[in-house]
Amino acid sequence: MSIKEEKWFRFGKGLSQKRVRGLTVASFILPLLIWSAISYLPLWQPEMEVVETGDTFYFEKGDRVDRETFRLENEKLTADGDVPMVGKRVNPVYFPAPHQVAKALYSAFVTEPRREGDPWFHESVAHSVRVVFWGFIISSIVGVPLGIMCGVFSFFSKLIEPFVEFFRYFPAPVFGALAVAILGINDAPKVAIIFIGTFFQQVLVIANTTRTVDFALVEAAQTLGAKPGRLLFKVVIPAVLPKLYMDMRILLGWAWTYLIVAEVVGTSTGISWFINQQAKYRMFENVYAAILVLGFIGLGTDMILGAIGRELFAWEDGKRSFFSRLMNKNKPTPAEA
Amino acid sequence: MMDIPNKLNLPSYKEQAPEVKERLDFIKSQPVVLEIDNLVKEFPTEEGVRRILNDVSFKVHKREFMSIIGPSGCGKSTLIRMLACLEDITDGLILLDTYPVTEPGADRGMVFQKYTLFPWLTVKKNVMFGLEVANKSKFDADREALQWLDIVGLEEYADLYPAQLSGGMQQRVAIARALANKPKVLLMDEPFGALDAQTRAKMQAYLLQIRRKIDITIIFITHDLDEAVYLSDRVLVLKANPGEVQELVEVPVSRPRGPEQFLSPEFLTTKIHLEELIHPSVEESKDDFKVVKMVAVEAE
Repeated sequence: MSIKEEKWFRFGKGLSQKRVRGLTVASFILPLLIWSAISYLPLWQPEMEVVETGDTFYFEKGDRVDRETFRLENEKLTADGDVPMVGKRVNPVYFPAPHQVAKALYSAFVTEPRREGDPWFHESVAHSVRVVFWGFIISSIVGVPLGIMCGVFSFFSKLIEPFVEFFRYFPAPVFGALAVAILGINDAPKVAIIFIGTFFQQVLVIANTTRTVDFALVEAAQTLGAKPGRLLFKVVIPAVLPKLYMDMRILLGWAWTYLIVAEVVGTSTGISWFINQQAKYRMFENVYAAILVLGFIGLGTDMILGAIGRELFAWEDGKRSFFSRLMNKNKPTPAEA
Repeated sequence: MMDIPNKLNLPSYKEQAPEVKERLDFIKSQPVVLEIDNLVKEFPTEEGVRRILNDVSFKVHKREFMSIIGPSGCGKSTLIRMLACLEDITDGLILLDTYPVTEPGADRGMVFQKYTLFPWLTVKKNVMFGLEVANKSKFDADREALQWLDIVGLEEYADLYPAQLSGGMQQRVAIARALANKPKVLLMDEPFGALDAQTRAKMQAYLLQIRRKIDITIIFITHDLDEAVYLSDRVLVLKANPGEVQELVEVPVSRPRGPEQFLSPEFLTTKIHLEELIHPSVEESKDDFKVVKMVAVEAE
């Protein structure tokens, strides 16, 4: 008897763990394969890199010339009886190959800045993380309590949300010039941009999430004698926490998207500065490396937060957290009533 | 329909065996725990004010088990929510131990149809919730919670989370949680409505058992007539549009109750009478009765 083969495509059905893992890996391998193919195979490669100059006066070794020009120049050289150039097909300089970027991922960190006083790459990264962190923290300190209050009390909802709803349609970058005028050219206006970009969305998102709390839980607590303070801190907030945590992860992603705008406000700093600088030097592999670092930080943070969340809110799936499993080892497993 | 009791040779629902009469008289001689006096509930709608409940008055005595039934839309759920002060009172009075109630409180514990255990708390912590509100020490709250869990037979599940329990178990914890506050009256709003028929029957038995163990007055909303007759001392029948008291029926079934009584003459005659009250038009009720029978057959 052969085991019935599992189908790959089934409407609304999940796949086995093994396949899920395989597909997750594939989702990163596929783009990498496409990138490699374009980089290493003569599919596109619209330019020629000059390897031997021959007798040409116009080009030097290492120059990149588009193929048509290269051909015309060589025809001319041949016709004149000169030695033609030798070249190899390459992609434009702004399209580095995977191995170049991989190397840059390491070398960017250990290469000394070109000008004295400029930050190292890791300093730029740290600077970016700091700006996002403070923008997001300050926004959350105000936005989360305000959002919860809006979700709980109609009074705050009707007083605050209409204006917030209006304000969030102002794109955060338009406040760049104002922020610099008010807060100076250092990090303050950058943090302000992240704040503006996050805060108004945050209030609305958290308010809506708070409103999804099952009101029956609040009523149950009321019939157990709980008064408003306890209802808020012992019922509404614990009930909303898992979803709120999820919201915060998404909002943190949004905060990241404002980073690049924020960093070019006033003096250019952080990863954006590094990217612009490297683009100026035409070190595009470093540009890609920096972009990838942004992605790694974002994905990494989210994965860590996700893991912490599963641990914190293990009760959602009726599981005990790792910590409480340590605390009570020998407890009965549930059975039917 | 009217002649079904005669055809089946059933006694009138008003006939009570001596011991039943004695028990009911005793209950009625007990102090009034909850007095509802001319209760009115109105909702504003687009076509003006709609009156949901009109001059509802009744008294519940100590240790009584009273069910409230009525056709859908009669406002029975609104009524019990008003007793818990989860709905505003338009007019009238609710007196608990002769004092009018104005806001929700632990003296009127409530069990809802929906599962309302706090999912982030363990079973024991859920039961401790009200005890902590009442400022009991951690030690006392812990000990009492375990005692209550013992009464509902779930002590060994104390450290599990609600999501790990079946629906029936969750409702038993909810009952323990409400009872832990020692409420003067326990309000139950279709507490077994979300459960399957088998679990529901088990839960009814549990409830009767718990009631024998402790001193508690219960008001129980249900749309299941069997359940009402099976559990109650008296059944308050409401009629719809607007909700008004139609009759307060004394259940002539002896205690202790058991499933075998479902087919006893006094059980059947009471149920048929309630059926008639809830479905007044004969034509309509015939159809409904058929449906009820079909559903009953299916449920078995």
